[in-house]
Amino acid sequence: MNAMNTLPKYIVTLCDGPTCMHQRSKTLKAVIEEELKKRGLYETTSLVLSGCLGMCNKSPIVIVNPGYTIYGGVSPEDIPEIVEEHLVKGKPVARLAIEEDYLYNRFYRVFGDVAFFGQQMRIALRNCGIMDPESLDDYLSLRGYEALAKVLTDMSPAQVISEVKKSGLRGRGGAGFLTGLKWENTARQKSDEKFVICNADEGDPGAFMDRSTIEGDPHTVIEGMIIGGYAIGAHRGFVYIRAEYPLAIRRLRKAIDEARREGLLGTTILDSAFSFDIEIKLGAGAFVCGEETALIHSIEGRRGMPRPRPPYPSQKGLWGRPTLINNVETWANIPVIVLDGADWFTTIGTEKSKGTKVFALAGNVQNTGLVEVPMGTTLREIIYDIGGGIPDNKKFKAVQTGGPSGGCLPEQYLDTRVDYESLQAAGSIMGSGGMIVMDEGVCMVNIAKFFLEFTQNESCGKCTPCREGTKRMLEILQRITKGEGIEGDIEKLERLGTMISKASLCGLGQSAPNPVLSTLRHFRAEYEEHIKNKRCPAGTCVDLLSYTITDGCVGCGLCRKKCPVGAISGEPKQRHVIDQAACINCGQCYAACKFNAIQKS
Amino acid sequence: MAVAGDQNIQTLQEYMRGLKSTGAPCSHLIAILHKTQELYGYLPREAMDEIALTMDIPRAHIWGVATFYHYFNLTRPGRHSIALCMGTACFVKGAADILEAIKNKLNIDFGETTGDGLFTLQQARCLGACGLAPVMMINDKIYGSLTPEKAVAILDDYASREKKGVLHTGNV
Amino acid sequence: MKQMITIYVNDKAYQVESGQTIMQATDGIGFRIPRLCYHPKLSIEGACRVCIVEVEGARNYIASCSYPVNDGMRIYTNTVPLRRARRDIVELILDNHPDDCHTCERDGICELQRLAYSMGIRRRHFEGEKKNYEKDLSSISVIRDPNKCILCGRCVRLCSEVQHVNALGYANRGFQTVVMSAYDRPFSESVCTNCGQCINVCPTAAFVEKNYTQELFDKLNDSSVIKIAQVAPSVRAAIGEAFGIPPGQAFEREVAAALKKLGFTYVFDTQFGADLTIMEEASEFLERIQGNGVLPMVTSCSSAWMKYVEQFYPDLLPNVSTCKSPMSMLSAMAKTYFAEKIKIDPAKICVAAIMCCTAKKYEAARPELMVNGLPATDIVVTTREIAWMIRSAGIDFLHIEGEDFDAPLGLSSGAGAIFGVTGGVMEAAIRTAYELYTGETLIDIEVNAIRGFQGIKEGKVLMDGKEIRVAVVHGLGHVYQILDMVRNEPGRFHFIEIMGCPGGCIGGGGQPYAGSNSVPLDEEVLQKRAQALYGLDRERTFRRSHENPHVQKLYKEFLGRPLSSLSHKLLHTHYTPKEPRGIITREQTA
Repeated sequence: MNAMNTLPKYIVTLCDGPTCMHQRSKTLKAVIEEELKKRGLYETTSLVLSGCLGMCNKSPIVIVNPGYTIYGGVSPEDIPEIVEEHLVKGKPVARLAIEEDYLYNRFYRVFGDVAFFGQQMRIALRNCGIMDPESLDDYLSLRGYEALAKVLTDMSPAQVISEVKKSGLRGRGGAGFLTGLKWENTARQKSDEKFVICNADEGDPGAFMDRSTIEGDPHTVIEGMIIGGYAIGAHRGFVYIRAEYPLAIRRLRKAIDEARREGLLGTTILDSAFSFDIEIKLGAGAFVCGEETALIHSIEGRRGMPRPRPPYPSQKGLWGRPTLINNVETWANIPVIVLDGADWFTTIGTEKSKGTKVFALAGNVQNTGLVEVPMGTTLREIIYDIGGGIPDNKKFKAVQTGGPSGGCLPEQYLDTRVDYESLQAAGSIMGSGGMIVMDEGVCMVNIAKFFLEFTQNESCGKCTPCREGTKRMLEILQRITKGEGIEGDIEKLERLGTMISKASLCGLGQSAPNPVLSTLRHFRAEYEEHIKNKRCPAGTCVDLLSYTITDGCVGCGLCRKKCPVGAISGEPKQRHVIDQAACINCGQCYAACKFNAIQKS
Repeated sequence: MAVAGDQNIQTLQEYMRGLKSTGAPCSHLIAILHKTQELYGYLPREAMDEIALTMDIPRAHIWGVATFYHYFNLTRPGRHSIALCMGTACFVKGAADILEAIKNKLNIDFGETTGDGLFTLQQARCLGACGLAPVMMINDKIYGSLTPEKAVAILDDYASREKKGVLHTGNV
Repeated sequence: MKQMITIYVNDKAYQVESGQTIMQATDGIGFRIPRLCYHPKLSIEGACRVCIVEVEGARNYIASCSYPVNDGMRIYTNTVPLRRARRDIVELILDNHPDDCHTCERDGICELQRLAYSMGIRRRHFEGEKKNYEKDLSSISVIRDPNKCILCGRCVRLCSEVQHVNALGYANRGFQTVVMSAYDRPFSESVCTNCGQCINVCPTAAFVEKNYTQELFDKLNDSSVIKIAQVAPSVRAAIGEAFGIPPGQAFEREVAAALKKLGFTYVFDTQFGADLTIMEEASEFLERIQGNGVLPMVTSCSSAWMKYVEQFYPDLLPNVSTCKSPMSMLSAMAKTYFAEKIKIDPAKICVAAIMCCTAKKYEAARPELMVNGLPATDIVVTTREIAWMIRSAGIDFLHIEGEDFDAPLGLSSGAGAIFGVTGGVMEAAIRTAYELYTGETLIDIEVNAIRGFQGIKEGKVLMDGKEIRVAVVHGLGHVYQILDMVRNEPGRFHFIEIMGCPGGCIGGGGQPYAGSNSVPLDEEVLQKRAQALYGLDRERTFRRSHENPHVQKLYKEFLGRPLSSLSHKLLHTHYTPKEPRGIITREQTA
């Protein structure tokens, strides 16, 4: 990084998330540096690598501030133009700028000014992409640790708790328990020692909100945790983070070291009487450790198997002491609530769900990436307005929220508002924020099977319903997708699913049947089609497919050559035929045919 | 094979010495196992025995933890680890086909290593590169927008470069 | 102060003490909610989900073993949906369990079988893939069959929480979870002490003793062999339970009669061996006290404890008495003194030990206990095995006419009988040591300070003005406490008795399974077995080992005196450290 004596004229932010990294953001950086030096701008421009900005489909991303111009799909050849036109002449390059700036309408601009409300509103992710995540100074310049200072000087622990309670903030990790109540419960316990934990064991397939938050703005999590520690009377905090996130771990470690160096962690924080420090604890690849008691066991060095509650972690948590556990996004909200007040926070969102929620939008949708929206935004707004709708002119079929614990909602639920109650009423859940859009080419039985495979693989094996029950459900689904479903399978799925969700020990087991139960509720006909007619309407269940060659065949013979089992025959320039008995439905002919003459059904 | 008194064991012992006095010994177990894997690429039995004796943690307990968390390898991994993402986005975009292609190519399943010790195939939950789905990661490098053909070609490339001896990996 | 609260069970109001779990509260008012992984002596697992109930206001079913009652709580234990859920849960367990009840060792005395029956599972809905693992036959004492394991985790908790051995743990996860020893190595290579308590708490046949009944039947039918039986004290205190008799009744002469009917040529009594042990051990103790030997001296009769000390406390092996166990002493005498007496080649003698213990199988196979190149004890069968043999051979145990044990190794003192209870060895040793040391007879011979079921008991005896401080420990989980004291305060004790199993041998790993009305390791049952042995002691003419005329005769005719060179050769041994080294846990870790 270039050393700077004066304030930079421009801040150029390069997204360094995995997707952009793949698109050679590092090369870009080198080219930019070179161009800056050439033009003598190196000393007056700050070049920053940020965490994932959440616009993966337009990568690589370069942002120039002030002005907040976003460039997408930037190639090294574009750099001279950007530097020359924008940084020298002050004229953004319209050709490369991403016009649909709705992705980045944030609540907080650089100095916390109230910008206009767009479809998105960034509270948890407010600094992501704005600041250099490895710079404490950057964070401080964005009102970082101001909330902590306020708490330590002006507020009693009880006042902090009351503010958080008043804000109506609910746990962003999935269950949506009232955060303030959790704090109050933990604060009320008498104990020689208490602990604070940040749950960063983000495990839902397709979700990367926590990772982006920590990679993009690690200090906000640290600040939130210190405030939490102050409120409940804890002096030690732990961040339990997936070992699979090396960059996030590195940045967090750096942020903790820096905070410690500056007296923001350690003894007598900001010259107050309060002491607090944070340790990082690594996970090791177990989804179930997102469950509070399993997470605690994991920190204690045990198998991550949940235990019955009560006692709750707020009563008996880590090493038997009262422990406050919140997830990354929840912690990231705390400094904002403290600084701007619960009254303001409660103006955002719905009656029972306040504030915003970050989603990882993925699947068959135009714009994929992280979006943060006020609670109460409809699914349609997220998928169509922010996400840009379904690509390739395909039809929307379902949206899956809540990851493997959630459910799939069909088109008629698109106007459902995203808040804890509405999603639950529709048969899904908020979860930690995965949002997968599926088009008509996705088979709902197959997708239910996919999620169940996941939970089954991640089941800790402790309680019978989850360990044995999900296995049996999976076997039934495997049968159905293979065309071996029998009458009564649906009833068995429902019977097992209901029992598992009511009798399992922990949240993982209790929610494991959700993807099946919700698809059964909304897409029952698709199941029946598989079972009764041995047909997969979406055309994805390999064993239920059949390929036929239509009149469009010109007899080029490519399919015959591609067929791995020699099931295709035909004379050159004559229409070819597939021997259905020999065909293994691999689909290679279908993919190979240049004339769209092979039909899948 | 880990040999007692080798460099890795000494490094490990030093690491444990630093931890032993702070807090419950068991609470360091996962960190120690991470360290072990960093040193060896997997968790050799001899190293786990050393942990048991140094940290006073029963072997059955260490074994239970080592086998619970899928991040830990219990056998020596191949020179190149392939992590195929089976996250939702990748799945929706055809990760199953990629898996099939890799399986056919290498003749191994998840968690297994090829006979020549070149590749270990692992299942990743989500590599966080959903925009590029389907993706796989070989060692630390992400390959995106895969097709079965592309995936096979990438593996071929590794194998041929390996033959020419031009490939270095941080894994071993 | 216990506060009384009102709970409603199935809409009927009950007063119960607060602070209890739903299960505890309902157990106290005439319910018995079905259960599986729960065990009163172990931590709450909440894993099997069989004990679920409905609680008004709760979205999900509640596991009654772990959820506390509160005032006004409305609990439903038997609604139709709940019954179905419970039934389905038990079916799911059955669906992943071999369907071989008829050929299973625990057929008829299996908790899972009973549970499945009472849940009303008459057909299957969810059958699918079953686990398929190899049986682990490596251990001489304990067989592990993962296919029968239903993952209730009682064995894991017991091995960790009660015994602190930690030979067992869960490995893998999810559907692949298996209970095994470290590194999936054979059980024989683990730190397992062979105590067999895992067998006692296992609801199915996932753990069973290695069965030697066929070998024994073969020997019994071999006319070229002299068949000698010896019976441990605790076998007679518990064998009735295997025939449906409530605990607490001793079957001493009945066992002797049954063994004779089974075909044994001679039926001796391990209690004779116990008297002999006391003669040697008390003498060794006095020698150590008077000759500045290593103190405290620790007893060596418990086989599980002996393997434990070799692996976990090898540095304290010099403290352990060199005396062999009563079983091994008696076997040694059978193959020397008695063989000479009846003029038979010892190689033609088969000594079968009927033991309450699984670890004795391991002890019998120890090479250091061989006598003149022959194994001293040839076959060890447990109380369970012998009860099965009696039944299998068509012997009517309940109506059998009692018979005496055979001379000269069948007569025993009351001190020999109480060997089976925790504190008994110490009490017996005091009775004799006192007299050997002071020359006077100890009048008040019932040493109450070291009776009872506290984990660690301490007592003092004055011998000619010299204060002898003793301690008694039972259950390997308490051992670290006493041995920590030994290390930290070397002079605190002179003599320590350690028994591997909770309650001593009466709670051994080879005792009859708990029936449908009791739980394994139940303290009440242990109390009753103890009372049976104390009863035998009180009825004896001689209550001190040195008063046993046949023991006196043995010394006169053969051994000379305690600690003679022949005694040393035949009745004493030395133990050596063993791998793998055990990890001592002071707190539970599982």
